[in-house]
Amino acid sequence: MANTSTRSVRYLRREAAKSLRRNWDLYLLISPVVAYFILFHYVPMYGVQIAFKDFLASKGIMGSHWVGLKHFERFFDSYLFWRVIKNTLGIGLYELAVGFPVPILLALMIHEVRGKWFKKTIQTVTYAPHFLSTVVLVGMLIIFLSPRNGFVNMIVQLFGYPPISFLTEPAWFKTIYVFSGVWQQMGWSSIIYLAALTGIDPQLHEAAKVDGASRLRRIWHINLPGILPTITILLILNIGSVLAVGFEKVFLMQNSLNMDSSDVISTYVYRSGIVGAQYSFSAAVGLFNSVVNFIMLVTVNRLAKKAGGTSLW
Amino acid sequence: MVKDTFGDRVFDVIIHVVLGLTLLIVLYPLVFVAVASISDPAAVLAGEVWLFPKGFTLMGYEKVFQNGEILNGYANTILYTVIGTLINLVMTTLAAYPLARRDFFGRNGFMALFVFTMFFSGGLIPTYLLVKNLGMVNTMWALVIPNAVSVWNIIIMRTFFQQNIPLEVQESAQMDGCSNIQILLRMVLPLSLPILAVMTLFYSVSHWNAFFNALIYLSDRGKYPLQLILREILIQNNMNDMVQTNEESLAKSLMQAESIKYAVVIIANLPVLMLYPFLQRYFVKGLTIGAVKG
Repeated sequence: MANTSTRSVRYLRREAAKSLRRNWDLYLLISPVVAYFILFHYVPMYGVQIAFKDFLASKGIMGSHWVGLKHFERFFDSYLFWRVIKNTLGIGLYELAVGFPVPILLALMIHEVRGKWFKKTIQTVTYAPHFLSTVVLVGMLIIFLSPRNGFVNMIVQLFGYPPISFLTEPAWFKTIYVFSGVWQQMGWSSIIYLAALTGIDPQLHEAAKVDGASRLRRIWHINLPGILPTITILLILNIGSVLAVGFEKVFLMQNSLNMDSSDVISTYVYRSGIVGAQYSFSAAVGLFNSVVNFIMLVTVNRLAKKAGGTSLW
Repeated sequence: MVKDTFGDRVFDVIIHVVLGLTLLIVLYPLVFVAVASISDPAAVLAGEVWLFPKGFTLMGYEKVFQNGEILNGYANTILYTVIGTLINLVMTTLAAYPLARRDFFGRNGFMALFVFTMFFSGGLIPTYLLVKNLGMVNTMWALVIPNAVSVWNIIIMRTFFQQNIPLEVQESAQMDGCSNIQILLRMVLPLSLPILAVMTLFYSVSHWNAFFNALIYLSDRGKYPLQLILREILIQNNMNDMVQTNEESLAKSLMQAESIKYAVVIIANLPVLMLYPFLQRYFVKGLTIGAVKG
C-alpha cells in the first residue's frame, strides 16, 4: 500500500515536472486568472472572519477583537430574524415550485410544433425578455400595475373590481416577483431542455408510433425520461440556491409598504452593512446565508446521487 | 409513416393554442411600451392606447435627448461595457485554453479552485471592504475588475475548445516549433470566432444591465451608468429637472413624466434590440455548447 502510494507520488511529480517544462507558458497564461480568483474570491472568504470580530476600520481585519458568536446571537434574537427567514424561504420555494416546471413544459410543447415559422417566432419572442435589465423590468411592472392608470388595473376595473395596489400590498409581493420572473426567463431557461430534446433518438419515436402510442404517451414515456438527467442537474442547482434569492429584483421592488413580505436576507445585509455600516453584523448574516446554501446544495446533491445516479459531482 | 389519430390532432390544437397565448402574454407588454412611447400621454393615461399609437408624438424622446444626465449615463455605460467586456474576454480565454488541454498538469486542481467559488463566497461585506481597501471605490475599476471573469463562461469556452479543436492538430503545430501561445493566437482563436461572439454577447449584456456594483461603489453622479439613472426615473419617479414644473400645470408635468418613462425604456434597450436578430443564432448555440456537461 505504502509502496504504491510513494510510487504514484513519484509518478505525479514526474508528470508535473514534465508539464511544467513543456507547458510553462500555459501556466503563465492562467496565472492572472488564478490571481484574480484568489484576490477577489478567496480573500473575501478569509475576510469573513470579521463576522466573529468587532470590526474597526482603523485596526483592520487582523487587528480587530474577537467577540465569538455575538453577532450571530444578535441576528437570531432580532425580531426581524423570522420575517427575513420566512420571506427568503417563501420566495425561494415559490419560485422553485412555479419557475422550475414552466420552462420544461414550454420546451416540451415547442418541441411538438411542426410548423417551422411558428416555432421560430415563439422562440425568438420568449427569449427576448431575458435581455431586459432588472431596472427596466421593475420599471415596467410599476407602470403596468399602477392603481391609477396601469393597464392591468384597467382590465381589473373592466370586470367591475376596484383597482388593486399591487406593489404596495404585501400580500401580492411574492406572486408578482415569481410570475414576472417566469415571464422574463421561461424562454431562456427552456433552451437547455430543447437542446436535450433534440438529442433524443428519433428511432424511439418511430418504434412507439408503430406500436400505436399517442403523442401524449410518447412525450410521457420518451421525451420526459430523455431529458430527466438535465432536469435533475438543474433541479439540484436550483434547490441549492433557494436561499440565494436574487438581491437585485427584490431590492428594486421593495418599498416601505411591502417590507413585511419583501425583506429578505440579502436586502437585510445590504441595509445593515452598506447603508448602516455595521460591517461585522452584516458579514455574520451573510455568512449564515452562504453556509445554509452550501449545506443545502451538498445535501440535495447527495440525495440525487442516491436516488437516480445523476449528480453535480 | 403512421397517420395521426383524432386524439393526436386534438392534442396538436391544444398545444398551438397554449403556445399562441404564451406568445401574446410575452409579446404584449413589449409592444405596449413601444406603442405608448410614441402616443399622446393623455391618451395613454386615459387607457385609450391598446395596440396602435394614438395622437402620435415624440415628446418623450425629445425630453430624454435633452437631458444631460441620461446622455452622460449612456456614454458611461458604453465605456464600462466595452472595457469590462474586453477584460472578460481576455481573462476567460486565458483560463479556458490551458484548462482545455489534456496535457496541462493540474487542470483539475485549477478547475476545483474556480468552481468552488460558484457555490461558496465571502459575501457582500468582505468583498465590499476588499474593493474599498484596494482604493477602487468611486472609480470605473470597481465595476469591471471584481467581475473580471465568470466560471460558468470558462466552462463553456473550455468545452468548445475541447470539442472543436483537436489536440492532435495542436501537437503537430508544436512539432513544427510553435509555442503554446502561438498555437492559441494563430490556430485556436481564429477557429473560435463563434464562441468569442457568444461570450461577447453574454458579457456585454450583463455589463449593459448591471447596476448593483455602481450603486454600492459609485458616489459621483457624473460616473453613474445608465441603469442607475433609469432607476431614478422609473422606480423612484424622480425627474424634477426633466419635466416643467414651474410654468405648466401639475397635470401636464405628470403626462410628460409618463411619456419619458416609456421612451427611456425603449432607448435603454435599443442596442440589444437592434443586435438581437443577428445574435440570436449564436446565443442558442452558446448556451447549449458547454452547458451542464461540466
